[in-house]
Amino acid sequence: MKQKLEIKGGKKLLDGRDSSNADEENAVVKARAKQKYKEGFVTDIESYTLPPGLSEGTIRQISTFKNEPDWLLEYRLDAFRKWQQMEQPNWAKLNIPPIDFQAISYYSSPAANKENAPKSLEEVDPKLLETYDKLGVPLHERERLAGVAVDAVFDSVSVGTTFKAELEKVGVIFSSFSEAVHDHPELVKQYLGSVVPSSDNYFAALNAAVFSDGSFVYIPKGVRCPMELSTYFRINAINTGQFERTLIVADEGAYVSYLEGCTAPMRDENQLHAAVVELVAMDDAKIKYSTVQNWYPGDEEGKGGIYNFVTKRGNCLGKNSKISWTQVETGSAITWKYPSCILRGDNSSGEFYSVALTNNYQQADTGTKMIHLGKNTKSTVISKGISVGKSQNAYRGLVRVAKKADHARNFTQCDSLLIGKSCGAHTFPYTESANMTAKLEHEATTSKISEDQLNYCLQRGISEEDAISLIVDGFCKEVFKELPMEFAVEAKALLDISLEGAIG
Amino acid sequence: MLKINDVYAKAGDKEILKGLSLEVKPGEVHAIMGPNGAGKSTLGNLLAGMPHVEATQGSVDFLGKDLLDLEPEERAAEGVFLAFQYPVEIPGVNNMYFLRTALNAQRKYRGEEPMDSAQFLRMVKQKIKDMNMRDDLLKRPVNVGFSGGEKKRNEVFQMGVLEPKLAILDETDSGLDIDALKIVSDGVNQLRSSDRSFIIITHYQRLLDHIEPDYVHVLADGKIVKSGTKKLALELEEQGYGWLNQ
Ligand SMILES: Nc1ncnc2c1ncn2[C@@H]1O[C@H](COP(=O)(O)OP(=O)(O)OP(=O)(O)O)[C@@H](O)[C@H]1O
Ligand SMILES: [Mg+2]
Repeated sequence: MKQKLEIKGGKKLLDGRDSSNADEENAVVKARAKQKYKEGFVTDIESYTLPPGLSEGTIRQISTFKNEPDWLLEYRLDAFRKWQQMEQPNWAKLNIPPIDFQAISYYSSPAANKENAPKSLEEVDPKLLETYDKLGVPLHERERLAGVAVDAVFDSVSVGTTFKAELEKVGVIFSSFSEAVHDHPELVKQYLGSVVPSSDNYFAALNAAVFSDGSFVYIPKGVRCPMELSTYFRINAINTGQFERTLIVADEGAYVSYLEGCTAPMRDENQLHAAVVELVAMDDAKIKYSTVQNWYPGDEEGKGGIYNFVTKRGNCLGKNSKISWTQVETGSAITWKYPSCILRGDNSSGEFYSVALTNNYQQADTGTKMIHLGKNTKSTVISKGISVGKSQNAYRGLVRVAKKADHARNFTQCDSLLIGKSCGAHTFPYTESANMTAKLEHEATTSKISEDQLNYCLQRGISEEDAISLIVDGFCKEVFKELPMEFAVEAKALLDISLEGAIG
Repeated sequence: MLKINDVYAKAGDKEILKGLSLEVKPGEVHAIMGPNGAGKSTLGNLLAGMPHVEATQGSVDFLGKDLLDLEPEERAAEGVFLAFQYPVEIPGVNNMYFLRTALNAQRKYRGEEPMDSAQFLRMVKQKIKDMNMRDDLLKRPVNVGFSGGEKKRNEVFQMGVLEPKLAILDETDSGLDIDALKIVSDGVNQLRSSDRSFIIITHYQRLLDHIEPDYVHVLADGKIVKSGTKKLALELEEQGYGWLNQ
């Protein structure tokens, strides 16, 4: 028996991108959609893991492993002390079971990488290379992704970065965070915590205390980064948290497009992922940051899955600078994440494009903050929430216009799509304006996939499952078109997998 | 081709079709007229297998198969096409992409090879030429922001591409200006053939000037109350439906 869906009119969306290459895309999507969480495997590799527990001693250990300078150890310890004074936030529309921070291990590294990140990919354990192959992110010289440089982070350490030499030729620094601390301490010191101070929030403070690795990017003045940069985060070890830190600095007139992907094995226990991402854009610089988040979401009964508590923020420091966040969030048991922009430079602009899909017992509370400080600053927010099963999906956004931000403009559009009867969609848009010249627009819609739409597809011969995937894909078009092509294909496939079992 | 046998059917909870019978042979064009609320769209929905219409009695045979036993997408693949009275909008889904997805789903059901985008494009271009249409709607999302007439034209175009065996057109002429009416009926006439049948639901005789039917039926209160030739439509146009009750 077909489940009857309530009829409600959806809202008109803008025309999507021409899907002339839809074919090739579709083949990949179809193939991928046949598999369940195919990233759910475990790599059997000898690893060095710190025993569970968190204390000053743990932090000193991590710092020692990484052979860090004193200033960084101090930074960590300071953050740890702040964290101890803080409480876990509970304002989000999330039901977060208590987390025992003493039961988590804060450092795990493939044995060979115990001391530090490897110096070249030739030294990387073949098992690790195999893992990334399996995940579709080949690191070896021969099969590297064309036009994409990858930094591969496995548990707590970066295991390799591709195309480093090529990038160095144009002055682009792309390395693991640990390496950057040694090779470019002045840059790291200048910008670390400049956008997300360690006191910013509970999880940011925790990250500042125990972060183990991540990526560092610096694009020098006037350079357009010749290829996409990406980091692939992989959690493998059991009972281990991943706390990575990404810092991207685009100097005057520079441009970079950066991609982030994440997966983890299927396990019954929940695992904690608390990352911090900081972006800095100088005059006329542009940073485009795209995420496809596919952490293990837990099973159909809500068992297991990653707790994804992430602080991402960009600082449009310079005039005419631009930071654009695009995210497709399909994974994690709980997502708590608000990629934001501080629009400090005059004429700077921030964008946030988001698709968040929750199924089964997943919970997501995600959105953005656009803080307008400079004159003529502009922000655009397009959020698409899809709730399936018994999941709860919330958009939470803040647009703040400071007194001096003359002629600030914001456009926010939040659309929610409900599939089934037991899920929920919630929208919490906040605006604070201290300037009369500000122009803020907000549009929000909630719709169900209408029975009429399904019927129309069925009558043309399209099965219900394919019809839903088609309609959801159409719903997300405005966001997908912001993603680099390879990522858009991946994102579509992920949605199809996540939609599985959406109808009875 | 199609044999409807004393069918009773409910739309929602309401009994709408009450003992309807109709036979359509290959190549025939049947026009169905009748007052508002008589059950004309319900008949189309029943044949297409739309979930809110349910047969409670009677049978429908389509090319030797029990039509009521098939899922709606199976009926489509077997060759039943319904041009909707109110075509729906599907935001963000490109019209061409939608149509190819539909065609390939039907081909798959019939055990035929899928068409790749190049083949499909060639076929569509030829269709546009044959049907004397334009390609202005193809790159837009399905029906989104289309005018009433454009939606109807899109339905006929989809019919042309999907090449059904039985096409049911539900008031495809309503809301069309004179030029659009000509485009739409030319499209239909172009598709007429000895092995394709049409059921054309309409309120207006003028469509039948363009598409000449073999039979005209009047559907009132859930059944066919009168059948005749083209002449019947002219009489109805002059006298309305009232005289049928006398
Ligand atoms: N889902 C439904 N639930 C309840 N009643 C319905 C449903 N669908 C149709 N009806 C009713 O069935 C009757 C017949 O409707 P139908 O749409 O078949 O008429 P029609 O002959 O096509 O009329 P028109 O010429 O106005 O298009 C109407 O009274 C209508 O309100
Ligand atoms: Mg009708």
